Amino acid sequence: MRTSHERAENELKALMVAALAGDGAAYHRLLKALTPHLRAYFARRLHVGAEAEDLVQETLIAIHTKRASYDCSQPFTAWLHAIARYKLIDHFRKSGSRKTVALEEADAVTAESDSEAAEAARDVEQLLATLPEAKRALLRQVKLDGLSTAEAAAATGMSESAVKVGVHRSLQALIKRIGGKA
Amino acid sequence: MKTDTLIARLAQNPAPLATPSAIFTKGLGGGIVVAFVLTGALLGFRHDFLHAMAGWAYWAKFAYTLALAIAGFVIVERLARPGTDTGHRLLLVAAALVLAAAGALGQWLSAPEAQHAKLFFGGSWRVCVPLIVLVSLPIFVGVIAALRQLAPTRPVAAGAAAGLLAGAAGAFVYGFHCNESALVFVSIWYSAGIAAMTALGAITGRWLLRW
Repeated sequence: MRTSHERAENELKALMVAALAGDGAAYHRLLKALTPHLRAYFARRLHVGAEAEDLVQETLIAIHTKRASYDCSQPFTAWLHAIARYKLIDHFRKSGSRKTVALEEADAVTAESDSEAAEAARDVEQLLATLPEAKRALLRQVKLDGLSTAEAAAATGMSESAVKVGVHRSLQALIKRIGGKA
Repeated sequence: MKTDTLIARLAQNPAPLATPSAIFTKGLGGGIVVAFVLTGALLGFRHDFLHAMAGWAYWAKFAYTLALAIAGFVIVERLARPGTDTGHRLLLVAAALVLAAAGALGQWLSAPEAQHAKLFFGGSWRVCVPLIVLVSLPIFVGVIAALRQLAPTRPVAAGAAAGLLAGAAGAFVYGFHCNESALVFVSIWYSAGIAAMTALGAITGRWLLRW
């Protein structure tokens, strides 16, 4: 969690510093990279998808028009989060709802979306690592890479029914490991 | 508009038009110049200027208002930027207030009782607060204009800090007109003028600093 946040901070900050110095390509990459974070941030806090997308665009415009206010000696994610949160509160105010926005960690924007997906992927990898090599490869082919049973059978030289049984048993083993019920 | 189209359009202008220091120099500097001109044209500068400069008491009010203006500026500068906090900068304000109050108290206690009324009211207490507010207003306008180009996410606090900065800088300028220099007078009436500007900033910040 902390390290993925630090990585996001370093990458985004480097892009922002380059952008402020006039690097249009870095700026484009930065805005592209921020969009999924913002989308997830607003989607989680609003229940209308179209509103969330409007807020994403409004926040991107605010980032653009207020970019001079970023102090390169300060964390970028904190700056980003303060702007996103300001836009969210502004949206609630305009729409007349009395909703309050809870206090959040300054990395609340970048902690969502991509890094959540990344964390899920990491959890999956850790679980897979507990399986023996052959079973792991088989499970990866069928469940992650999307091969059909027949393709996996052809690739591994096993029969189709052996593939089915192998995948099923591996899944059972993993479910047991994370304490779920099959 | 599609978000990708928007991003492509925004990305064409990566570098900001003006840096915060340029924005503040223009807003604050411009406001102070106008305040000086206003003071000179409307009120006039005190004629015993050079004579008065010899006494330490003359400098005390400038030191006090300058210290508050600097404190106001460093707070405004932080509040203009999202995601930063003011840290210990509020202590600068407290330090200036405490030092001035201590000096005023010393002056009060060491003066004979017959002079107390003179120390307290001076000769201009009635006009001091409104004139400081008047002289501060152009500075306030300049600071608010600067803040509007930046991104204060706490508009009430930023407005109050802008009022403090404008009030203190305005009181500094007003000091060239006003011939009061007793610390008792200054720490009461100058402070009241600066406080009035701070309150004005806090009240109007919510509307003036929306973005």
